[in-house]
Amino acid sequence: MTIHPTSPQFKENAHAALGDRELQRALGHVRQAFIAKRAAAAEALPEFEALRDSARDIKAHTLKHLDLYIEAWEEKVTAAGGHVHFARDAEEARKAVLDICRRVGARTVTKGKSMISEEIGLNAAIEAAGLVPVETDLGEYIVQLRGEVPSHIIAPAVHLTRDQVEADFRRHHVHLDADRDISTHHSLQAEARGILRERFLAADVGITGANFLVAETGTSVIVTNEGNGDLTQLLPRVHVVLASIEKLVPTLEDVGQLLRVLARSATGQEMSVYTTLSTGPRRPEDPDGPDEYHVVLIDNGRSSMLGTSFEEMLRCIRCGACMNHCPVYHSVGGHAYGWIYPGPMGAVLTPALIGVETAGHLPNASTFCGRCESVCPVRIPLPKLMRHWREREFERHLQPATVRSGLTFWGWFATRPKLYRAATGLAMRALHVAGGARGRFASLPFAKGWTDFRDMPAPQGGTFQSQWKAKRGRPGTAA
Amino acid sequence: MEGQARPAGDRRVSAAGDGSARDTVLGTVRRSLGVTGREAPRRDAVEARIALARPGVVPARGQLPDAERVALFCDKAEAAAATVERVATAADVPDAVARFLRDANLPATIRMGSDPALRSLPWHATALDTAVGPSDGSDINGLSWAYGAVAESGTLVLLSGQDNPTTLNFLPDNHVVVVAARDVAGDYEAVLARVRERYGKGLMPRTLNFVTGPSRSADIEQTLILGAHGPRRLHVVVVEA
Repeated sequence: MTIHPTSPQFKENAHAALGDRELQRALGHVRQAFIAKRAAAAEALPEFEALRDSARDIKAHTLKHLDLYIEAWEEKVTAAGGHVHFARDAEEARKAVLDICRRVGARTVTKGKSMISEEIGLNAAIEAAGLVPVETDLGEYIVQLRGEVPSHIIAPAVHLTRDQVEADFRRHHVHLDADRDISTHHSLQAEARGILRERFLAADVGITGANFLVAETGTSVIVTNEGNGDLTQLLPRVHVVLASIEKLVPTLEDVGQLLRVLARSATGQEMSVYTTLSTGPRRPEDPDGPDEYHVVLIDNGRSSMLGTSFEEMLRCIRCGACMNHCPVYHSVGGHAYGWIYPGPMGAVLTPALIGVETAGHLPNASTFCGRCESVCPVRIPLPKLMRHWREREFERHLQPATVRSGLTFWGWFATRPKLYRAATGLAMRALHVAGGARGRFASLPFAKGWTDFRDMPAPQGGTFQSQWKAKRGRPGTAA
Repeated sequence: MEGQARPAGDRRVSAAGDGSARDTVLGTVRRSLGVTGREAPRRDAVEARIALARPGVVPARGQLPDAERVALFCDKAEAAAATVERVATAADVPDAVARFLRDANLPATIRMGSDPALRSLPWHATALDTAVGPSDGSDINGLSWAYGAVAESGTLVLLSGQDNPTTLNFLPDNHVVVVAARDVAGDYEAVLARVRERYGKGLMPRTLNFVTGPSRSADIEQTLILGAHGPRRLHVVVVEA
């Protein structure tokens, strides 16, 4: 029921993405929108780096004591009148949600943005049960209309242009005047607001994710800018929270620390518009709020990551900064990664969740430039973890024979420094001459994957090692 | 499988097999961490951490004398696209609300909760039509009294309940929020400490909303547009005394 990964076809996916002009136009917005804003927000808060350390330590501490924090949190949820449903895997999680929907006779289900809901393939299961799931985050609504999955964990429709969204709305909102003007971002958003407002009011069950679960109080926390998550959980009779086990944090104060790095890392905001702390169902004296509050606490592979080198990945707070700063993501977008989680965090998490034999290409789709790690609010060493996956792939003989023999040959070559220096020096000089006055190659044998989409710059004549030697490590002009 | 007739008050796990799912998940966590869950030092560490609830790194930005702290709150709220007005006393609020609605060409109607701090104000002195209770989605304007605010990021803090129903924070197109200057804290931690004092350690209202500016989305081409699903306008009235 969960989406079938196309991660094994990463190369084909990436090839198609690079040739997709509409996608390339849309991806330009990622570079423009996110990087400068995050940098400005980080710069404006002198304590930002200290808060990143604090955020890392909170998550690391919680993971080391996760069993106890889950128990403490569960007790508080129950005491507040909520229900906790444990789910070992995606199937149990879907069943828990569907059981609740059936018991209350639900017909319409609204949903706030939730990546774990995508991971467990919940929408398809809800539809198969004869109910109507309605995504209410604007970006999620758009990708749902298109029958796609999000291409970014906080900006689900970032792979689309305004023109495409207009076409989708015209195709789906056929009850509206065909001559209406929805040519602006503003009018498109207004149309979605009008349509979804009716859905919010009609829904029987509202499903949200959770950014954090607080052990101290049994509280779930969601963070949104649109307010859709709040309308989703506030109006229906039943609120169901989907959360994976690593969302636990000890106290409300810890939430404060994490909130300070979350929005800044994600969108460059100091605080997202709505941060909502929910504890149990409505109280006897409350005039609004859901009658029932459920949390489906999902493992789906996380518990096995604890105690391994991939435990660090469980610190992730899903801000999206790593993909916003990733040159590979900028080039191919999120769908090329072939499953739910794209970018550097996806390249580490996906093999852990669906297996390195299926997702082995993803940790290889990195230049190891290190920008992801440099912006990660919880300091996950993403390049190191991608390298761990590459090592495992090699150990388990998962790469094609050509890659293996290539690596074996390179290993032999690189451990013979004299031969290595002589051969690379010769090769660089030869390529420099062959590059000619243009200094670049429009095509190269064995490097079609590179030259199909851009020129390969010709070497300047000397190797890095020869230049280093000439300058004795001092900075200076190129040799 | 699930109890159709299961009483609503039964808070135990619902689906059959849930109990074993719980055991499996906790068991795998413990096996992976190499612990039993009974180790005293671990239990003590968790208990102490929850009991102490230490603040962590609190930015210096909000640690200001009263007047400057309120000024920072106003600046930050405006930076988040809220509008702000400061009035001398609570008795000035109805006038300020009426003026805001008039200036924005909005209907002279407003819905609020039963908060005595709002209900006791001289609404009769204005031409406003006031209504009381939660919103069903048909209200253009909503009014709330904030429990507190955070200067650091221009954030309002609203609590659910009869006094200020949560639906008023999200359904009306325009949300006016009154906050007393004395309730403007420097940081989130200071407000959370007050919440803890009011409800008791480890207890919370059904909903606590941190609200920073009006609703927005940038989901289409990363172009920011105000008024996504929540209020299109957020107007803050700060009461000085």
